[in-house]
Amino acid sequence: MVNGLTLGCVYAVVALGYTMVYGIVQLINFAHGEVVMIGCMVAFSVIVALAPTGLPPFVIVGAGIAAAVPACMAVGFAVERIAYRPLRNAPRLAPLITAIGVSIVLQHLALLVWSRNIIAFPQIIELKLFHFGSSETSAAISNIQIAIIATSVAMMAGLLLLVYRTRLGIAMRATSQNPQVAGLMGIDVNRVISATFVIGASLGAVAGAMVGTYYGIAHYQMGFLLGLKAFSAAVLGGIGNLAGAVLGGILMGLIEALGAGYVGDFTNVCLLDRFLPGFSAVCEASPESSLFGSNYKDVYAFIVLILVLVFRPSGLLGERVGDRA
Amino acid sequence: MGTPSTLRDDPRLKWAGLALIAIALIALPFVLAMAGTAWVRITNLAILFVLLSLGLNIVVGFAGLLDLGYIAFYAVGAYVYALLASPHFGLHLPWWAILPIGAAVACLFGVLLGTPTLKLRGDYLAIVTLGFGEIIRIFLNNLSEPFNLTNGPKGIATIDPIRFLGLDFSSATRIGEFALSGTIKYYFFLLAVLVVVIVVNLRLQDSRIGRAWEAIREDEMAARSMGINTTRMKLLAFAMGASFGGIAGGMFSAIQGFISPESFVLNESVMVLAMVVLGGMGNIWGVVLGAVLLSFVPEILRYTVEPVQRMLFGRSLIDPEVIRMLLFGLAMVVMMLFRPAGILPSAVRKRELATGREGDGDDA
Repeated sequence: MVNGLTLGCVYAVVALGYTMVYGIVQLINFAHGEVVMIGCMVAFSVIVALAPTGLPPFVIVGAGIAAAVPACMAVGFAVERIAYRPLRNAPRLAPLITAIGVSIVLQHLALLVWSRNIIAFPQIIELKLFHFGSSETSAAISNIQIAIIATSVAMMAGLLLLVYRTRLGIAMRATSQNPQVAGLMGIDVNRVISATFVIGASLGAVAGAMVGTYYGIAHYQMGFLLGLKAFSAAVLGGIGNLAGAVLGGILMGLIEALGAGYVGDFTNVCLLDRFLPGFSAVCEASPESSLFGSNYKDVYAFIVLILVLVFRPSGLLGERVGDRA
Repeated sequence: MGTPSTLRDDPRLKWAGLALIAIALIALPFVLAMAGTAWVRITNLAILFVLLSLGLNIVVGFAGLLDLGYIAFYAVGAYVYALLASPHFGLHLPWWAILPIGAAVACLFGVLLGTPTLKLRGDYLAIVTLGFGEIIRIFLNNLSEPFNLTNGPKGIATIDPIRFLGLDFSSATRIGEFALSGTIKYYFFLLAVLVVVIVVNLRLQDSRIGRAWEAIREDEMAARSMGINTTRMKLLAFAMGASFGGIAGGMFSAIQGFISPESFVLNESVMVLAMVVLGGMGNIWGVVLGAVLLSFVPEILRYTVEPVQRMLFGRSLIDPEVIRMLLFGLAMVVMMLFRPAGILPSAVRKRELATGREGDGDDA
């Protein structure tokens, strides 16, 4: 449950990046997962460089994030310039294809810089567990998880403030409603769209750093699945809707964490043996194995995505949905 | 008769040209074999990629739907072949029975995936197919427990080769002095399939269905008002593309003799898409050209860049595989920005992509 919540917060922050871009240009930013990956990698490099200095761990991680944010902002800006701006009025297939191209290029540039191996984050933060009960077996939350949840909440609050309380936020909302009219009102639409990509990317950078610290590993292809799950979360909540992305992200984290545990238990071969014929031999051979164990955890996000698209395409909190291809 | 006809219109010249191309294609493997059997094998893989690109072209080029998990159908076809013609289950069906089954199963998967998503906007389809490709791979990787269906990451080995007219395609046949290697036999087999697929594609493009797809791609609203059942037509495009992928997958299985989930990663889908985009979406010959180019150029680079790097720096700095993927990514970006209709654009597609740029931004 706590794992799910932590994961959910990370998904929510990444999903915000998707949903913001979608809200403004009505396009999926396929390269967003790669932005998160680059954030993770940059943070990793800084943390590795600073780890031997003996600075307090939170300063080191903070420095990692501080380096990752501008790097990702630059990437986000470049992605918008290269892949989206020149094709803003082209048929929608075109920017999707360039975005895929850009994300492949980013992935393999990262491969060149950081090698194709799974790289391990140095363990600089000593893991402390805080138990909710008195016994050792009761549910626990670690200090890293607390930090991730707190950071995510702060980021979300900051974003909401930005969107609903600042001039830039007003401009963003105006642009998402009607770019032409917003332009007529004196808003520099290009700048607003750039700003949206950059803000989304900076959220992605923080999320990347958090994922890296949480799992302790990073890989040049990590952005793809993370991006897919976060996108599913954004769709679940209703794409284009900020609160929806947060809700969807947290739900997605919970579904994944709980699903991996419970679906595994429910499809345990010995349990199935009681209801369905044919499982007894397997049950005797390996009573622990289940039909859909935790190795299927990556599938749940996708199933959720399909279910949402079939039954409620506008998402939980969504308002509108286009059915044009 | 009296009208001045260009060379193109003369039927005799046309046939002569076709005959010339046919002779060149028949001679090709023997010429390549002199440079090394590896090149014939690369050519075979290139033909497989041409088949895949043609299948994806139906979805992306004809109907204008972005499918990013196309390799999943290839995987389905490959695994169907592997399961029905290997010692894994002890089944050894002949290829002419399995290839249609593979196509049908892939088609079924296409329909399953397309039904919920095709009613929605194009980008949903793109991301759902992206996920689908990955999910299929996860299942292939994990379906070794508790029932061993796919043998997990270890893959399935010793898959039966194709046997045809008493010829075993896995080994060389001697005809007098002359030895015909298995790779070359596969080349001719693939070539024959390719010709059939191209003819089917050409006929499809000009058919009622092909024109309906084109209409949907250009303006779905208008197509619907003209009485086209758009959802059904899109589903049909998706299913047909999937079946072609399934056939190509079955042949991949037979040629390689070994498959594992490793062969069906996302990058493969992206490669096929890059081939379609580079050559020109919607143009059959363009797609063929794109697939051939993107199959051979990385191989040529592999044989040139690596030695050059060794010469200059004493070791290999950049993995050729990375260069290859960078090339694919860049090809897509550059093509979309500067020549969105591809190297050999289809006439209609060119018009559409050009007008799309000038005006109707609201449409997007």
